[in-house]
Amino acid sequence: MLSTDGFVVTPRFFPGGDIGSLAVHGTVNDLAMMGAVPVALSLAYIVEEGLPLDELRRVTTSVAEAARACDVRVVTGDTKVVGKGAADGLFVTTTGIGVRLPGAHVAAANGRPGDAVLLSGPIGLHGITILSTREGLGFESSLASDSRPLHRLAAAMITAGACGVHTLRDPTRGGLASALNELAAASGVGVELDEPAVPIPAQVAAACDLLGLDPLHVANEGCLVAFVDPARAEAVLAAMRARPEGACATRIGTVVAGHPGRVTMRTLVGSHRVIDMLVGEQLAGHP
Amino acid sequence: MTTLKRVDVHVEGLVQGVGFRPFVYSLANRLGLAGRVHNDVNGVHIEVEGAHAGVEEFLTALERDAPALSAIERVTVVSGEPAGHRGFTIATGDPAGPRRALVSADTATCDDCLRELADPADRRHRYPFINCAGCGPRFTVVRGAPGDRPMTTMAAFGMCDDCAREYHDPAGRRHLAQATCCPACGPRLRLRDPRGTELCGDPIACAAALLRAGHVVAVKGLGGYHLAVTASDERAAAALRGRKHREEKPFAVMAADLAQARLLAEIDDTAAALLTGRARPIVLLPRRDSAPTGASSGAPLGAPTGAATGVPTGGLAVAPSVAPGYRSLGLMLPYTALHHLLLAELAEPIVLTGGNVSDEPIAYEDDDALIRLGGIADAFLTHDRAIHQRTDDSVIRPLPGAITMLRRARGHAPEPLALRRPVPRPVLACGAELKSTFCLAQGRRAFVSQHLGDLENHDTLRTFVEGIDHYCGLFGIHPEVVAHDLHPGYLSTRHALEITGVEHVGVQHHHAHIAACLADNGDPGPVIGVAFDGLGHGTDGTLWGGEFLRADLAGYERLGHLAQIPMPGGAAAVRQPWRMTAAYLRDDHPGLDVARRNAGRWADAVHLAATGLDSPLTSSAGLLFDAVSALLGIRDKITYEGQAAIELEQRADPAETGAYPAALTTTSGPLIVEAGDLVRAAADDLTAGTDPGVIAGRFHNGVAAAITRTCVALRQATGLTAVALSGAVFQNALLLDRTVQRLRAAGFRVLKHVRVPPNDGGLSLGQAAIAAAQDHT
Ligand SMILES: [Fe+3]
Ligand SMILES: [Mg+2]
Ligand SMILES: [Zn+2]
Ligand SMILES: [Zn+2]
Repeated sequence: MLSTDGFVVTPRFFPGGDIGSLAVHGTVNDLAMMGAVPVALSLAYIVEEGLPLDELRRVTTSVAEAARACDVRVVTGDTKVVGKGAADGLFVTTTGIGVRLPGAHVAAANGRPGDAVLLSGPIGLHGITILSTREGLGFESSLASDSRPLHRLAAAMITAGACGVHTLRDPTRGGLASALNELAAASGVGVELDEPAVPIPAQVAAACDLLGLDPLHVANEGCLVAFVDPARAEAVLAAMRARPEGACATRIGTVVAGHPGRVTMRTLVGSHRVIDMLVGEQLAGHP
Repeated sequence: MTTLKRVDVHVEGLVQGVGFRPFVYSLANRLGLAGRVHNDVNGVHIEVEGAHAGVEEFLTALERDAPALSAIERVTVVSGEPAGHRGFTIATGDPAGPRRALVSADTATCDDCLRELADPADRRHRYPFINCAGCGPRFTVVRGAPGDRPMTTMAAFGMCDDCAREYHDPAGRRHLAQATCCPACGPRLRLRDPRGTELCGDPIACAAALLRAGHVVAVKGLGGYHLAVTASDERAAAALRGRKHREEKPFAVMAADLAQARLLAEIDDTAAALLTGRARPIVLLPRRDSAPTGASSGAPLGAPTGAATGVPTGGLAVAPSVAPGYRSLGLMLPYTALHHLLLAELAEPIVLTGGNVSDEPIAYEDDDALIRLGGIADAFLTHDRAIHQRTDDSVIRPLPGAITMLRRARGHAPEPLALRRPVPRPVLACGAELKSTFCLAQGRRAFVSQHLGDLENHDTLRTFVEGIDHYCGLFGIHPEVVAHDLHPGYLSTRHALEITGVEHVGVQHHHAHIAACLADNGDPGPVIGVAFDGLGHGTDGTLWGGEFLRADLAGYERLGHLAQIPMPGGAAAVRQPWRMTAAYLRDDHPGLDVARRNAGRWADAVHLAATGLDSPLTSSAGLLFDAVSALLGIRDKITYEGQAAIELEQRADPAETGAYPAALTTTSGPLIVEAGDLVRAAADDLTAGTDPGVIAGRFHNGVAAAITRTCVALRQATGLTAVALSGAVFQNALLLDRTVQRLRAAGFRVLKHVRVPPNDGGLSLGQAAIAAAQDHT
């Protein structure tokens, strides 16, 4: 299996990671969400003229460390330097190949009514950390990006699930809300979330309150959401919790037959809110 | 021997299901004429023949004496040869074919039925479901076209012989009245506990006893369930508020009759006519027991001083929790026999608020009501006639010499509004998001749906989608043009774009507001459109909401607007009005209470505003009112849309005549109203120790003055002498009144809303009018 992704992030270094580790984890996780074990990566840089060489070295070291931690090899690479203004510092592209896990039958379209919706950990950490670091909002001192590889967690789930793991998705850009909307649309099912069950760290909630953001729309880089056969849900949850990256795994809702393609949330006061995709950019400043 | 005359008469308009055929029948019989009458796809068709003078009198009386519920749009008369009819007959049933006849709105129990209700000798004595061709449930029970009995929720009840006789008697009050029923054959009232178990005894008497004892009773009305407590019972009202998670929004009150209502509120002739009219809306009226006192800030606003101790001050007591901080009270009178019986039994007014939790739509299906309201109501006064269309109470605010519709629903929907010009192709307009309605337009008719509510609520969204199908079927409309807002994230926009095989028309939000006002008034424009609103998607990537447009139905030009201001934290600035105060004042007025109250975040908000991070620019007038509301300590955080601005109005001293000035600046583009001048003037006054009520008054007058000055400048530039006022901010009666006065004094002709709300509930009508006008060109 093959997956490729380009990475641009400002700032390039942030609590919990940098553009190098992010580029490794991003592609590793894309493969993991397809039910594959990543084997090898290629790496390509587009460098804006004037980028300190030291920064490039730091990023490269970070790529190497992240790949080693993931048990994947970087087998080929390329570097291009472009003129000032033709790129924003550094763009990174990774491509990965992986081997499908035996017993993995995950696809976005495989969700079924009745499935449990499982989430591996708290949401919003990556997006808020990046934003806070970039804008100097102060939350970054007590927060870190959740950027990390998820392929071992995914493998453990698939093993424990015995074909009961129907879909896997890492809710990156657009957050949990967009990921669930995409899965609901692809599977032709509805999703009902339970508001109190969705884990939102206090600092993320505080930052979202300040910025008027919905935590469900904030990007993540180290958690996954799965639709799992209800009969296997407990076993899968136990397998998730046995791993550090899934220690806080929890059930946040249910797949339903009603309202196909639509995600709703039962709120704290018992009303039933439509959870939509993120439209446009999350943060718009003005000149 | 007089000559015989024969005419074919075609009557269009609201003439079906309103007793029109029986009326024609008795008119023809009285005049000794022969012929027949029947419903057809467009209305009522009459063939009538007889003496010349008789036919002439028939034609005159047809329009003069038409039933109260009918609304004749057009009468076409064609003369012909007498066919030799014998006697006059009513043909029943409906022909096949596309249907363009109308469905009337639900109508309050008529005086004739009330007499029967009170008559111990009548077989419908104290029967809660009494109705006739002139009153009763209509739209809420119609399942589809044609709206004859089999297609209503009354189909479940077979008529007894007596009822069938009345139904078929062309001379009677119940001829072809689809909801005809009686205790022997019709729906039955029951009182149930929250588990659904029927409680014994007379349901009305028991429900009244429970209410008197301080319990919450859910009552099934025409368009959905209400929750009731006695209006004077503070403990019960507070408990209801807690259980509903409705923290601050005022409750409506139902009084038994006008005399009882007069003990609660000041009621002039306009208000009395609204309260007793057939639509029976909630009418917002000045309350008699108290008004916000105006001195304190911070604490919950002006708890009514008299009622707080249970002592009425010049009227009946309304518990403080019913409408905390409001000078006005939402009042209505009974509109079904059930309400009449309950209120008569109780002999005191009741709170009658929507049967829902928080911002959910009201429950209208029995099983669902038990589930959703089971934790709120102690008992359910319910019955077995199903409600097909959920319909809220309408809300109207009378103004001197005029009214403003704030929520258009029961008693008004689905009756169409007449358009000046027929639309070329049928139009569906999908409205906005929070106060959602849709509009279907065909020919010269615009059917604006009942108020649906917040589309972000899943149940409301479903009602929106299914409601469009229901209206299309009911009125035989197949939209070819679909209009929607420019906001890509509105669920109404999403739905519009999912419809295939039609032409899509994106309409700018504030152009739609002004077009709604034009359509409401039957005016083609062009006008100077003043759209003072919350937020709407602009065409320049910013959020609009304090706009001066040169507009007609086909197009607009943005000629002026309030100065743009960053919203620190975007949506958070809507929920927390103090952020707008921070955006306007930054650190220019040290020592303000509002900054102290929000000390933990004030600097952050100022930082966001200064850097522009996550702070979209807006020219919203609604957020300007919010900024002043928080500045004066009235409302830092809101729990429902518009709360801060509404409470600012409630607080303003109407006797204040001073007005803050706002500069009008011009560069090359639109005129800019420096709204920040108003906020800074208010902050100066506050620092100097001026009373917040006086400041609020001067601010309202200042806004009215700024609008007028801008319109005068635009009149010089454009030659336009008419101004249309729309947008949610014009729900504010004080601002509307002051603005209209000043504009008229400056020589303008002023258009304002009457039949559809100035808020987003009216938006779909404006979108439809614009899409139709653009379709003409
Ligand atoms: Fe609006
Ligand atoms: Mg990716
Ligand atoms: Zn009647
Ligand atoms: Zn009967």
